[in-house]
Amino acid sequence: MRADLAIIADLINPGARVLDLGCGEGELLARLKADKAVNGYGLEIDPDNITTCIHKGVNVIEQDLDAGLDNFADDSFDMVVMTETLQSVKAPVQMLHDMLRIGQECIVTFPNFGHWRCRAYLATRGRMPVSEHLPHSWYDTPNIHLCTFLDFERLCQAEAFNIIERFVVDAGHANRPLMNRFPNFFGTFAFYRLGRPGS
Amino acid sequence: MSQTSTSSNGSVGIIEPRTFRHSADFQLKCGITLPGFELLYETYGVLNESASNAVLICHALSGNHHAAGFHSADDAKPGWWDACIGPGKPIDTNRFFVVSLNNLGGCHGSTGPLTDNPASGKPWGPDFPTVTVSDWVRSQILLADHLGIERFAAVVGGSLGGMQAMQWAIDAPERLGAAILIASAARLSAQNIAFNEIARQAILSDPEFHDGHYRAKGANPDLGLMLARMVGHVTYLSDDGMGRKFGREIKSGDIAQGHNVEFQVESYLHYQGRSFSGRFDANTYLLMTYALDYFDPASDYGNDLVTALSGTTCDFCVISFSTDWRFSPARSREITDALMTARKNVVSCEIESEHGHDSFLLPIDRYFDVLGGYFQRLAEEADLAR
Repeated sequence: MRADLAIIADLINPGARVLDLGCGEGELLARLKADKAVNGYGLEIDPDNITTCIHKGVNVIEQDLDAGLDNFADDSFDMVVMTETLQSVKAPVQMLHDMLRIGQECIVTFPNFGHWRCRAYLATRGRMPVSEHLPHSWYDTPNIHLCTFLDFERLCQAEAFNIIERFVVDAGHANRPLMNRFPNFFGTFAFYRLGRPGS
Repeated sequence: MSQTSTSSNGSVGIIEPRTFRHSADFQLKCGITLPGFELLYETYGVLNESASNAVLICHALSGNHHAAGFHSADDAKPGWWDACIGPGKPIDTNRFFVVSLNNLGGCHGSTGPLTDNPASGKPWGPDFPTVTVSDWVRSQILLADHLGIERFAAVVGGSLGGMQAMQWAIDAPERLGAAILIASAARLSAQNIAFNEIARQAILSDPEFHDGHYRAKGANPDLGLMLARMVGHVTYLSDDGMGRKFGREIKSGDIAQGHNVEFQVESYLHYQGRSFSGRFDANTYLLMTYALDYFDPASDYGNDLVTALSGTTCDFCVISFSTDWRFSPARSREITDALMTARKNVVSCEIESEHGHDSFLLPIDRYFDVLGGYFQRLAEEADLAR
């Protein structure tokens, strides 16, 4: 299993109601179904991913996240998950509000544009950073809303989202001591577990 | 846009329809009791020892029992869903035992307006009682009992057939493993009912209809049926699809002359309409459209679809098509949303296709990938041999 999904799976309680936004090939939901009796739903738009989910017996729903989540009622899930997709949605702030409207809590993961390699790339070459975890050129990237961890924390503050937990990892999804002291410089990916404002 | 593929997979071959006779009284939802009935049906594949590999096909408005294979070696055309049912096809008859019937009230051999009313010894004609989707489900359960099928691995249908699959899930949850609802709806919209009413008025206002007693008069409302089919057909296609198929091509005449012009699309509709009026009974057409219009399982549950579906235990697969405006993707989304709210297992896909509502009958690559993948999953879960 992808290391980041294993980290998320550990954060989810057995029997929880889970909605996975951009569920890909359904790896997380399949794991949660097998290990934690969680039968959640995954939203996805890629036809091949959807077919793979069907083969795995994952509840996959073809739905474009950018078209909104109005079809989901308030409080209809315990946990809403979004892995490495927030940076590519059209309205990330609205998305986060929706996730915390639909779910009691949410987990979001995203890449850190403040990582030292990005900073060094831009500083030394004067060009938009292209790296292993951000492999796209500026003109064809799906990542239209990249941010740094610091940016994200500022947003959480401004929107009064409650940061329950935060993990920072490197490209191999391992955690190293230095990145806990300087996450915005050494962390590659972050996992944020958020609660509602005032929660 | 979408691609259709010619299937190189096998045919179920030559099939002989069979008759199931239910000789006890059968009370319909409308209150009228039929003194027994007959259903014409076909089967494809082999029922396994535990009878765990059965699939029920529910037909749509103008369908019948002949879903796959041929009736004779000279048949020009196979059954209406032959592309989907057969060895190696999405509903793989190497693994599944497929049952397909002509619904009660139909005009292709099952008890209906064309068969004799035992009370009078004459054909039922317009006096055949109103039949609902749940009446069909109860009659299909009797057929399943007769065939020794305690539980279908799946009940499948497009359009009105999908409504039957949904009613199965609600009325007989212990008797199916999965309901596959294709290009369907939990209830018809006003616009959809309106199109049915136009079709009905075309038939009812045909002087050859004779209040439904056309057979006794040696007549047939050919023109009414033709118009009904033409209107229906237009709503089953999409603007883009018709544009691509016919454009403004002219079959005969010259626009410059200003008269006697026949566009290709007109010629096509005339042909479709005429061929339909030769093979379909007007009273059955009316009966089928009423069954469509009246279908509304939520109405039995305080008009709440979530409540209606809360007692279901099967898995669901909901499929819609991008250009279908008669049973639009939005109608399928309503079903999917209700199923998610009711916490049921559901997969849901919206297939890109230019063929409108008709898409559900066509071998569209992604559609068949999804359907075939779903059936493969069902076969693996039930541990069915190849």
